[in-house]
Amino acid sequence: MTSADYSRDEIMTVTAARQLRNGAVCFVGIGLPSAACNLARMTHAPDLVLIYESGTVGTRPVVLPLSIGDGELAETATCVVSLPEIFAHYLQRGRIDVGFLGAAQIDRFGNLNSTVIGDYARPRVRLPGAGGAAEIAAHAHEVLVVMKQSPRSFVPQLDFRTSCGYLAGSGARRASEFPGAGPRAVITDFGVLRPHPETEELQLTALYPGVSVEAARAATGWPLQVAEALETVPVPQPAELATLRGLQARTRHAHARPVRITLPS
Amino acid sequence: MQVLPLAEAIATHVRDGQSIALEGFTHLIPFAAGHEIIRQQRRNLRLIRMTPDLIYDQLIGMGCAERLTFSWGGNPGVGSLHRLRDAVERQWPRPLALSEFTHAQMAVAYQAGASGLPCGLLRHYPGTDARRVPAASVRTLRCPFTGAALAAVPAINPDVTILHAQQIDAEGNVLIRGIIGAAKEAAMAARCVLVTVEEQVESLRADMNAVVLPSWIIAAASIVPGGAYPSYAQGYYPRDNAFYRSWDEIARDRGAFLEWMRRHVLEVPDHAGLLRALGVAA
Repeated sequence: MTSADYSRDEIMTVTAARQLRNGAVCFVGIGLPSAACNLARMTHAPDLVLIYESGTVGTRPVVLPLSIGDGELAETATCVVSLPEIFAHYLQRGRIDVGFLGAAQIDRFGNLNSTVIGDYARPRVRLPGAGGAAEIAAHAHEVLVVMKQSPRSFVPQLDFRTSCGYLAGSGARRASEFPGAGPRAVITDFGVLRPHPETEELQLTALYPGVSVEAARAATGWPLQVAEALETVPVPQPAELATLRGLQARTRHAHARPVRITLPS
Repeated sequence: MQVLPLAEAIATHVRDGQSIALEGFTHLIPFAAGHEIIRQQRRNLRLIRMTPDLIYDQLIGMGCAERLTFSWGGNPGVGSLHRLRDAVERQWPRPLALSEFTHAQMAVAYQAGASGLPCGLLRHYPGTDARRVPAASVRTLRCPFTGAALAAVPAINPDVTILHAQQIDAEGNVLIRGIIGAAKEAAMAARCVLVTVEEQVESLRADMNAVVLPSWIIAAASIVPGGAYPSYAQGYYPRDNAFYRSWDEIARDRGAFLEWMRRHVLEVPDHAGLLRALGVAA
């Protein structure tokens, strides 16, 4: 297979999906994380337990939800619990193995901003805010982040720290007694970044085929460190691509279906 | 509990300056009730909702709100709420004060309100910039038994909570099925509960552990088929994801937004009128 056979978005989603082990309990964010988690469930990890913050536990959607709470998620769930329960009984109680997040900005220690660009009181861009992310980042046993890489999103200094990664690194998070270990990997459209074992600074550990270190560095707002043993991510397998494309085609079709409501006469 | 036409329920129970929570997490969002508040031109409302969604984008853009208490303000899976952003970034059509929390914080704040407690508790971990959020008064304390670090969030007790639900029975008891969010807590925390429902039935035939609000919790109920549209009512109609996508374009521009609101909300008498104007109902 050559680089022309798949898009950057596709290899990013496939690479993110591969990070999930079968049987893990995963708290899923909407968008790219949701696509990756469902791809994993439909390929190598059929027993992956997906939990969305809408309170849908063990959900197995056939099409991707647009929102975090589409009816598809409730209809295919093991159970549907209230929002206070999902955050207390499942997340805070320590029952989530993997939290899967995106954000608008990330820094070199995997801290995330999804609140504002600019000053909080007079923001240049008002972003949606924390939602479930801050507590997922604190409590999930580990965190995966999936984000497109650019100097605007991979920044030397966050405008606002919504969710904690490794704080200032070098053990700062462990010293603060967070229950979860922090971001294990950041999957981008260039490759994979992982924390350095001592400094906890994110370093480039794998690149997609045909992507250069220089290009990844140019897309990063801090001087990106590169691991000594830099790997090349294996290309997406035909089965992975077929499953992902099928999922996306079903999703497009379902989301375009007109809604009709019959009013009583 | 009284069964009232929606316009009368809003006219009777919703006043300028009140704190109002229209809850329902993605599912069962009370759009019809929100539109009626806009038609009746309520002002200076202190809006509360975990996920403001399109209905608060509309209330904010129409100038009904002076404050927003929330935890995630986007168009899910699509992008920004442009009217919310315009109010925060450029104070249009008027300044909007924010009380910003996380989902977990708002969940315990509603629970505390519903339980008659002054605050809700969470485990606390340092490191987020939440202290830069001026009106979100989360404080830290130590557990008196273990010394563990805790975060305290002040209880939320809305003047009025409005929910949409599937059914009301002959006695006025209300059944909610499917994704429930913090709807039950928001109702039990409120001083006044209003409900819109898809239909009235003789008996709810509800499971023993179903979510049922007893009639005597509720001040007024209105029968509004399709009342959650473009959100959804499990068992009745799905979420109109195509509409949520199209809202991005409508709400991006002040003029297009005002024109849409005029044609689909202000100049139609009720929610059935909106559903017909959009071609959703025959």
